[in-house]
Amino acid sequence: MTGAPATGVTTDRELRELADKQAALGEVRGVPAADPVNTPMIRHWLDAMGDSNPAYLEKGVAPPAMAQVWTMQGVRSRGRDRSPVDDVLAELDAQGFTGVVATNCEQTYHRYVRLGERLTPATRFSGLAGPKRTALGEGYFATWNVTWYGEADEPVAEMMFRVLKFRPRKRAAPGPQGGQGEGGQGEGGRRPYPLRPAVSRDTEFFWEGVRHGELRVQSCADCGRLRHPPGPVCPACRSTNRSYVTAAGEGTVYSYVVHHHPPVPGRTAPFVVAVVELPEGVRIVGNVVDCPPEAVGIGMSLRVTYRAMDDELILPLWVPRES
Amino acid sequence: MLKSKAAIAGIGATEFTKDSGRSELRLAAEAVFAALDDAGLDPAEVDGMVTYTQDANQEIAVAREVGAGELTFFSRVEYGGGAACGTVAHAAMAVATGAARTVVCYRAFNERSGRRFGQPDARLGGLPTSQGLEMSWHVPFGLMTPAAWVAMFARRYMHVHGATSEDFGRVAVAMRRHAASNPAAWFHGRPLTLEEHQASRWIVEPLRLFDCCQESDGAVALVVTSAERARDLRRSPAVITAAAQGAGEGQMMMTSYYRDGMSGLPEMSVVGRRLWEMSGLGPRDIQTAILYDHFTPFVLVQLEELGFCGRGEAAAFVRDGGIELDGRLPVNPHGGQLGEAYIHGMNGIAEAVRQIRGTSANQLPGVRNVLVTAGTGVPTSGLILSAA
Repeated sequence: MTGAPATGVTTDRELRELADKQAALGEVRGVPAADPVNTPMIRHWLDAMGDSNPAYLEKGVAPPAMAQVWTMQGVRSRGRDRSPVDDVLAELDAQGFTGVVATNCEQTYHRYVRLGERLTPATRFSGLAGPKRTALGEGYFATWNVTWYGEADEPVAEMMFRVLKFRPRKRAAPGPQGGQGEGGQGEGGRRPYPLRPAVSRDTEFFWEGVRHGELRVQSCADCGRLRHPPGPVCPACRSTNRSYVTAAGEGTVYSYVVHHHPPVPGRTAPFVVAVVELPEGVRIVGNVVDCPPEAVGIGMSLRVTYRAMDDELILPLWVPRES
Repeated sequence: MLKSKAAIAGIGATEFTKDSGRSELRLAAEAVFAALDDAGLDPAEVDGMVTYTQDANQEIAVAREVGAGELTFFSRVEYGGGAACGTVAHAAMAVATGAARTVVCYRAFNERSGRRFGQPDARLGGLPTSQGLEMSWHVPFGLMTPAAWVAMFARRYMHVHGATSEDFGRVAVAMRRHAASNPAAWFHGRPLTLEEHQASRWIVEPLRLFDCCQESDGAVALVVTSAERARDLRRSPAVITAAAQGAGEGQMMMTSYYRDGMSGLPEMSVVGRRLWEMSGLGPRDIQTAILYDHFTPFVLVQLEELGFCGRGEAAAFVRDGGIELDGRLPVNPHGGQLGEAYIHGMNGIAEAVRQIRGTSANQLPGVRNVLVTAGTGVPTSGLILSAA
């Protein structure tokens, strides 16, 4: 990948020092929730989530996943109650890492909270990792933990939250056909790309890899056999212990087509789709881009590239190795 | 063993059009009535029904419309057009085991005026079912139409065997020539030249417009009963000498790009081996073949997989006129799906029955055994039908 300016050593050291300082503060108590746990908010939340379970309102308890709701600050009142995280995020913004994307959120629930309880949050900044080169751009992963306490000062819920703060590219990454007329960058972000993959627990490692700029090929943790497309069981040894290797990102055209008709949503014809053979010994399908269709041929050397199709989906595509 | 236990005793169809003007269920009922009338059987005698998983008309719905009574057997066959001969295989097994006595196989759709299979459907890759996940390695890259899935194999076949677009074109030209003299064919009286094929626009390179079969509205139904009973019915039976389904190792729905090669159809090899083994026949015993022709390249590959010619020799086989009505192996005398109609392979089975009976518009002399295949590039099926 190109286009992301290298982060200066000074910037990196400053960020690390700040991160260490904030982490050393340990858990910092926030202000108690403005309102106690209440029926109207639960009712709104259930409606918004499409949760028709009557048990919450009947029993007078809040859905555990609402934990964050009770102490969330309003858009305009934000900053009244600063946590150790805010200074780190502000510094990242100042250094040009203005993009943000949430990458992890894990919640743990200790008990249900009841109507009338008033929760108090406490936040611990737990680390900064980076700089990392990602498909979105260069950036840092910031991680923090929030614990919500009840009135007897006992924890009722916890959350680990991680974001990637990244330096946005100067220009939107072009679409597979050069970007004209598809997935254009507008005021409200790019138009959603309509051809989305289904992802299951057997395949999510692949798409997670793509988000990190890695082409991951499933490998059997027992017999080592590589396999693409991946699946839950090793067909060679029945093992369900799965791992992956990160492919070198090179390949050759095994077969290909040039799509002309009928129109495909999210795409501008003509476009090339190829079966790419990897030196690791598996094949994978993807578009060949940055290359006129008539220049593509069986045996052509390719290397992988990662293209953002919209604000969320990144696809691994292929360009001629010479370019 | 299934060999020669059952027979096709009746065939029926609607007209083949681009806009039937009626519901798919009505088309199904009309075809079933026609097939039962052809066999000389009353709807009340039907006790089994088989169709494709993709058919929109449930067996019980068709049974209600035609006035069939109690059903003791019903089943569906998967994988698009790969189901065609599979419906007859299921019916024959039901008859041979006594699960049912009179089984109707049907396929009915408004594939041109209703949902068109050639149009991209963004939902294909959307669900985390095994098929949705399989699609998810292809659909996000815009590889999402049957023509595109097949074109990927066709390109590799050209590379490995030196076949050309003209070699594919000769298949289309032959099918249109056969259709031209078949009054039931959409392209009746409208043959195609190789020049017209070569001048037709790209759909998905290396496939041109005339490499792709047409899209049709219509329905076909078949009546399967025991070979013994069929002998006493109105028509001379087409005995089911062999019937088989087949999926290859590492099979996918239409994107089996991850197996050793991409220039063959291993699933058709599975079907072919089963058919030869069950029937005790070989390629020389077949007077005409109905080869599934949704796209021209796979007609070549089928000739090779079924042993009608050697690997890589199909282009020369076709160039020498091998698949013409007077050729070594006349293929699709009705004009196939390229020429007659796209009824998901079911109309080809009806043509095989006519050839056995001696009643085809393009009747070939001395037909004893007809080999029929179903959808290619998908898990598939096949039949050998014979004169009694």
